[in-house]
Amino acid sequence: MSSDVMMGARPSGDVTALWDDVVAAVAEGHRFAGLFGTARPEGLVLTAHLAGAEGVTVAETVLPVTATSYPALTRRLGAAFWYEREIADMFGVIPQGHPRPEPLLLPQPAEGALRPRPGEPGGPVAIEPDPRALPLHVVGPGLFTIPHGPVRSGVMESIEYLVETPGEDIPHLNMRVFYKHRGLEKRFEGMTAGDGLLLAERVEGTATVAHALAYCHALERIAAADVPWAAALVRVLHAELERLACHLDVAVRLADAAGLAVATARFGRHKETVLRLVSRACGSRFGRGVVVPGGVSRLPLVSPADLLSDIGRLEGAVTADATALMGTASFLDRLRRTGPLSPERAREHGALGPVGKASGYSDDARDVRPYDAYPTLVLQQPAPWPAGDALDRLRVRWDEVSQSFHLLRQVAGELAQAPAGPLRAGCDVADGRSVGWAEAPQGEVLYDLRLEGGRLTRCRPRSASFHNLVLMHELFAGDILTDFPFIEASLGLSVAGVTR
Amino acid sequence: MWALRGLRDGVVTTRWPAKADPYAAAVRGPATVVAPADADDRLDRLCPTGAISSADATVRLDQGKCVQCGRCVAARPDVFGWTDGPAAAALSRGGLVVPEFAETPDRLAALRYGLKTRTAALRRSVHLRHVDAGSDGTEEWEILALLNPVYDIHRLGMFFTASPRHADILLVTGAGSRGMTGPLRTTYEAMPHPKVVMAVGTDAVSGGIVSPSYATTGGIGGTVPVDVWLPGSPPSPFAIMAGLLLALDRLASGGDHQ
Repeated sequence: MSSDVMMGARPSGDVTALWDDVVAAVAEGHRFAGLFGTARPEGLVLTAHLAGAEGVTVAETVLPVTATSYPALTRRLGAAFWYEREIADMFGVIPQGHPRPEPLLLPQPAEGALRPRPGEPGGPVAIEPDPRALPLHVVGPGLFTIPHGPVRSGVMESIEYLVETPGEDIPHLNMRVFYKHRGLEKRFEGMTAGDGLLLAERVEGTATVAHALAYCHALERIAAADVPWAAALVRVLHAELERLACHLDVAVRLADAAGLAVATARFGRHKETVLRLVSRACGSRFGRGVVVPGGVSRLPLVSPADLLSDIGRLEGAVTADATALMGTASFLDRLRRTGPLSPERAREHGALGPVGKASGYSDDARDVRPYDAYPTLVLQQPAPWPAGDALDRLRVRWDEVSQSFHLLRQVAGELAQAPAGPLRAGCDVADGRSVGWAEAPQGEVLYDLRLEGGRLTRCRPRSASFHNLVLMHELFAGDILTDFPFIEASLGLSVAGVTR
Repeated sequence: MWALRGLRDGVVTTRWPAKADPYAAAVRGPATVVAPADADDRLDRLCPTGAISSADATVRLDQGKCVQCGRCVAARPDVFGWTDGPAAAALSRGGLVVPEFAETPDRLAALRYGLKTRTAALRRSVHLRHVDAGSDGTEEWEILALLNPVYDIHRLGMFFTASPRHADILLVTGAGSRGMTGPLRTTYEAMPHPKVVMAVGTDAVSGGIVSPSYATTGGIGGTVPVDVWLPGSPPSPFAIMAGLLLALDRLASGGDHQ
């Protein structure tokens, strides 16, 4: 990791000046990477994250304890749309001028409701969500709403899409994401760094390794710990295997949506092969327990030579089936020009991971803000795919798959020569605050955490799924109901990471 | 073209439980007590979810709370170890505590008999419905894996169904998010009798490390009546399959199941 986090603390209460800074930084080429609140004794701290080549910058200000509202950033920077609704849910503070200030993660009556208030010790034991706090938005004659969820037809995570339609087109889509909100940010508080890691691995389980990495990077930054070379390689090994599994999962879902039974079975089998390789290497099918603060818990239980041959076999099989899939005209027809995201919108929003890359906008943390073994390994840069439709999102994933295989072969080769030695650097942290990041299969994951007296007093995970899912509102230009599963699958997001 | 491609690798499907499967035997289950140990506060403190308890003279481990972090196994391999193989499910919440309490066997026989009479009529046409009540996303992957050609539970006469009206077994994942309490209850009530509920994963059993929190109910047991308790963070596809077969009383038919 290149440089330290810059702290741009603003004078107390001057929110407008903070927004001026954020908007100016974005105009200069930084990416708006998130916004959240923390209840502190001095008031509500508003923290914005800005990503650039030098790292992730923090800019913040304090709202007075008595403040019940503040001028919304969303009016000036659309990407803050969901972030400010979440702040209203968590603290009951109203973003004035927000175009749609209704609940997102925790529907509650506007006044007098209990709020979790992350950052503040204690807090409510239970908060019952009240769906009546969410208005229905059907407008215009002849429109009706198809509620799709939260219990859906397949084995899926719980989320509700309210599809507003005159029959076949989808002029408007509404998302209700609160169903599986677990209150994890409050749950982190009071935990030791070690217990917090177990919870971080479960924020978005399909990106276990990426979350563990971002969390540990934040700790290591506070402790100024240098991860040993062999450990850095093992981290990349598991991060890239996780990427393969997630991208193959998207291929399964897309093939299934198109009714390609054999393709669904083939990619399902390849995904199983990856999960079994992960479990042979570390005991867990999701790489749990591998990443620890300061390094990794152990070397893979599979020898580098076996890794190399397994990876080679898998690459051959996956590549052949991917080529066949991308040559199946009936499949491509379903993806082409489906769910397009324009390059302008991708850049404006700072769309993360494959969703951004397919619209010509790439800010891959492995490349721009590299960590662990990535600065040394060769990361092939594939040609951009700028159409921004579901097809290009899949093409980006195949590019990332071959990129991952290339990295995995390098890692296996390096591991064979890595000198024996400790796999963990000292990383005991009692006090401090920092930001860590990692590139998950869905895009960048950020952790902003603070420890006081050996306990977490604030831990804010920001998954790519949360940042990207809001774009789903805009992807239905001319698409019809039967395109829905393709668009949803092409985003490749996890609801657990959205709602936390 | 895809039809030929499908024939390329021959049969990749496991024969488990009729035949032994090396991966089924090797897959890691929850932690367990490998040697009896005297009550000791220091052992209790090893576990981040409070699964280890010295309340009565012996040390017991509640596998329903185990998130498979391995801290106890690493710190005291003389007392704790991993269970290997897919047999992680139990027919009562108390049945997940090791070493088990003395009164369990009788009650277990009664539970088993009750479940057997309920599910006997299902025979080899068992329809499954899944509801996510606040999972981390991994349990869904492991349940979906049952449909891939490696596990292929259709061969066992089990099928996923979209409608709860057609469902016999309800698989519930997640720590019981309060937002899903209503939808979960509605889904359960929409199912015809006889119905069976399986809590899939440590989160669903006890809330794991996710609970307590203001937004979860510490497992789904308070929302719907659970028949099969399956720990694991997440449980492997083999463990889910074993749990389903346990619910249907079809496990005794052979295989490498203990």
